[in-house]
Amino acid sequence: MIVYADNAATTAVSKKSMEAMLPYFDKYYGNPSSVHQIGREAAKTLIEARKFIAQTLGADEKEIYFTSGGTEADNWAITFAANMGAKKGKKHLITTKIEHHAVLYMFEKLEKEGFEVTYLDVYKDGIVKIEDVLNAIREDTAFVSVMYANNEIGTIQPIAEIGKLCREKGVLFHTDAVQAVGHLPINVKDENIDMLSLSAHKFHGPKGVGALYCRKGIKLESFLLGGGQEMGKRASTENVAGIVGMAAALNQSAAEMTENEKKVKAMRDRLIEELTKVPHSILNGHRIKRLPGNVNFCFEGIEGESMLLLLDMKGICASSGSACTSGSLDPSHVLLALGLPHATAHGSLRLTLSEYNSENEIDYIIEELPKIIQRLREMSPVWESIIKEEE
Amino acid sequence: MQYSEKVMDHFSNPRNVGKIEDADAVGEVGNSKCGDIMKIYLKIDGEKITDVKFNTFGCGAAVATSSMATELIKGKTLDEVLKLTNKAVIEALDGLPPAKIHCSVLAEEAVKAAIADYYKKNNIPLSDELTGCKGCCGACGQKEN
Ligand SMILES: Cc1ncc(COP(=O)(O)O)c(C=O)c1O
Repeated sequence: MIVYADNAATTAVSKKSMEAMLPYFDKYYGNPSSVHQIGREAAKTLIEARKFIAQTLGADEKEIYFTSGGTEADNWAITFAANMGAKKGKKHLITTKIEHHAVLYMFEKLEKEGFEVTYLDVYKDGIVKIEDVLNAIREDTAFVSVMYANNEIGTIQPIAEIGKLCREKGVLFHTDAVQAVGHLPINVKDENIDMLSLSAHKFHGPKGVGALYCRKGIKLESFLLGGGQEMGKRASTENVAGIVGMAAALNQSAAEMTENEKKVKAMRDRLIEELTKVPHSILNGHRIKRLPGNVNFCFEGIEGESMLLLLDMKGICASSGSACTSGSLDPSHVLLALGLPHATAHGSLRLTLSEYNSENEIDYIIEELPKIIQRLREMSPVWESIIKEEE
Repeated sequence: MQYSEKVMDHFSNPRNVGKIEDADAVGEVGNSKCGDIMKIYLKIDGEKITDVKFNTFGCGAAVATSSMATELIKGKTLDEVLKLTNKAVIEALDGLPPAKIHCSVLAEEAVKAAIADYYKKNNIPLSDELTGCKGCCGACGQKEN
């Protein structure tokens, strides 16, 4: 049995998305900028895809820029917003301690270039406090970037409140919604979002394609120079098939959102309930305000990579925020931001579900995982001392 | 990242896992902050290691290097064991990914820490190899400099 429980890393491409894409490889393969009919066909499709994606977000089609994925959308939004701020002498930026590296490394770069950055705390349950945002905003704040939902612990941030606050204060607001789009209802107008990043492969679309929403009235600067694609803001021949696949996947996710959420949440809650019964286990992130498919636990006394290897031998695909899986000696910055000790953070396990998972698979995880934890604890000197301290 | 078959074998079927209640020597290295702790128990008869067990908290490579190190030292004399290097452990495992080399260093240090413990208990002066961690891998946060 193979159980894919790593949907926050990426998802399987849906049948509808795949079928929508196929003709654009060998039939409508034209360059959308071309004058001839094969090109025009592709151009027409792009217009429709853009319209559809805009609609889903409550945006206008002129506000959607296609990119190569979430990373590019994040890098673009942040580079632009920082530049714009600097031009007005505003060199203070606000973000959180738990952003994806596509955002976090941009801020670290900007700090080196002379910007001052406030990294908002997320406290024990992984959620930003709105009063902290209010207190952090200054006269010289150029923009605020807070992710919609976290990729590791799944926590959902109070985006509408932050958006409202930023709009009132006249500060630009960007959100990395890569983990949220297709899973949570989002309306950029209602939530006062100025810029938003999304990525197709997190909602059963293809990899390597995403979009940046940028509100009308904000003079977005070009990111890639060359041809006149994307209203002259992002040169490079459009990934037509990918964009078609993204639109089809989003179409389906949006249509089935309520139904999927119900199914996935039920599986998530059962997993959380059962894994809470494992002694010395800690659920990471808020119990309710989290993505429908996100389960993230620390199991004290064991290390994450060992857990992943043993799970993999049982056919269960998961991920961890341990140092050994990050390629550095430190465990994930997200888990550390929750205030977890290093040793505990090393024992983290992330299981992320989608509507493609089944209750049977959840049964299987519930059966196998505690055995693996037990096995690793039996050979762990850390577990030995935890038990000793208890006696 | 790809582990060799040997590493996976020693990770999934680790040799000599456990504790020795009446061990003649115990060595523990690493810290839980960095994510690896190894504890090695030895039974020593005169000059010879007659039994060895280990407990490890750590990644796949940490478990595999502990397991291989115990196999390499079982039945050997202390003099022979003092010559054990992390390289020998890596070779015996058909290699380790670069990011995991520090696990083999930890395994070597765990063995040496156990022998140092034995010498101390028996008032034998420590030889150069045993005067502590060289801090060369930086993994345990106990860098000398
Ligand atoms: C929150 C978040 N932001 C950004 C990204 C990067 O997206 P992409 O892989 O499409 O570049 C990811 C995906 O890993 C993510 O989870």
